[in-house]
Amino acid sequence: MTDIITLENVTVRYGRHVALQDISGAFHSGSLTAIAGYNGSGKSTLLKTIVGIKKPNSGRISIKGSPKIAYLPQITSIQRDFPISVLKAVCTGFWSRVGNFNAISNDLKRNATAALAEVGLIGFENRQISELSGGQFQRMLFARVIVQNASVVLLDEPFTAVDAETTARLIQILLNWHRQGKTVICVLHDLLLIQKYFPDSFVLAGKCLGHGHTHKMLEDKLLSFDLDMAEICAGPETEAHLKHDHSHHDHTHD
Amino acid sequence: MTTVIMTIPMIDMVLDPFIQYAFMRRALAACAILSLGSTPLGVFMTLRRMTLVGDAMSHAILPGVALAFASFGLALLPMTVGGLIAGITVAILVVFLTRYTQLKEDASFTMLYLLCLASGVVIISLKGNSVDLLHMLFGNILAIDNASLHLIASVSCITIFILAIFYRGLIIECFDADFASAARHGRSWSRQIFFVLLVINLIAAFQALGTLMALGIMILPAIASRFWTNNIDNIIPLSIGIALLSSVAGLLLSYYERIPSGPTVVLIAGTITLISVLAGRCGSLVSFICNKD
Repeated sequence: MTDIITLENVTVRYGRHVALQDISGAFHSGSLTAIAGYNGSGKSTLLKTIVGIKKPNSGRISIKGSPKIAYLPQITSIQRDFPISVLKAVCTGFWSRVGNFNAISNDLKRNATAALAEVGLIGFENRQISELSGGQFQRMLFARVIVQNASVVLLDEPFTAVDAETTARLIQILLNWHRQGKTVICVLHDLLLIQKYFPDSFVLAGKCLGHGHTHKMLEDKLLSFDLDMAEICAGPETEAHLKHDHSHHDHTHD
Repeated sequence: MTTVIMTIPMIDMVLDPFIQYAFMRRALAACAILSLGSTPLGVFMTLRRMTLVGDAMSHAILPGVALAFASFGLALLPMTVGGLIAGITVAILVVFLTRYTQLKEDASFTMLYLLCLASGVVIISLKGNSVDLLHMLFGNILAIDNASLHLIASVSCITIFILAIFYRGLIIECFDADFASAARHGRSWSRQIFFVLLVINLIAAFQALGTLMALGIMILPAIASRFWTNNIDNIIPLSIGIALLSSVAGLLLSYYERIPSGPTVVLIAGTITLISVLAGRCGSLVSFICNKD
């Protein structure tokens, strides 16, 4: 299997804060990979760096063959009260195709409506996005990914604030992309979902702790149900910090 | 018959000041041009949640304008260049401070705009008199000359042109900045272009309304229009309409009541905004109470 995205010693900083340090690894073409790690481990930063939002301070990211990439950002970074209808929001996915000047044709609007039907939002076209629940909003974002028809899909915590039924529906869409041969990379926290649906994992804790088959990550206890993943993944510094946090937490409870 | 008799004086009351006096026509032209150029920019500022940044930037231009005034007097070109340099310097300083110190963006803006406002007022006070200071702070729209009108018109044309070119991209960026950035592979100058547009519009509005009121005609109609429509494409025309209405009503009120024109225009815009917040169709206090029941 060929590598479509390769990371070589990638370091990313936000001002003085190092978000990713010396990350190396690769994502195979057509793979379905979960990026896992505790809060602040650099998962979202990694996606943003791959997609070009953040530039690495050092190191290199190679993407083979300039594939079309669709990116679904974290729901918290989107203005949910923005005055726009659901259909128009999905049509923003055509931006790369139509540019700033071309009109969005009726054909493209039909594509957007079909994508909304696929995620179970038929009849929501003219509603304001501010009227959508968290789950409906996430489904709308999936519809926007669908209309982009990209071969690489990057998803940042797509199951946050989503009920079990919607999660199941979105997982099916995700698996469908995988079956179609798309490369899917997804940031998520839920170890059950990772174990059940994601053949590959990329485990982060500021640096790369490991990447490869998910069952191997579980065997190596880089992903674990037994203990808090944060404790396992952390280096000595973070471990000391976590211990301090825990003792403070316990003290607070006392 | 009664209606006709009542209507004619009303029309006269509205038209006469503009027909009789050139300074009123100039003031109206300045406000109308600002409404067409600056108000759409204000809409994008509210959508990007940058209204307080705009407020800070309106004060940030003052030291540059004041230094130019101290050196060259009330000359348009030096004051424009001075304001531009001061505004862009503050914007760059904010980025620098936010990135390399623990100061957040809002605190950086607040610190710098207070510094700018205070230093600007001190410089003007040292070199000018209280009339000059009032002129800088509140503008003098009734004394606007041809050169200032040309500046305002040029800035408005540039603004409309750039907003028209980047309209779709700006909308997407306001809605979902990360998605927009990803679609452009991180190569986007829109924030920088937006800041330059903001600074030049503030300098243009400063000619008419002064540093304290410049933002009024830009932001207040944009806020008000948001309470009347949920359609992004209707917000800009509606806000332009509110800005024009505020301009005409404000100038007439100031003419008949002999009160300062710039603040009166902003006061009318503010009153319309307050009414919109209370009783608008979308998200107002009244709609909140009605939906609660």
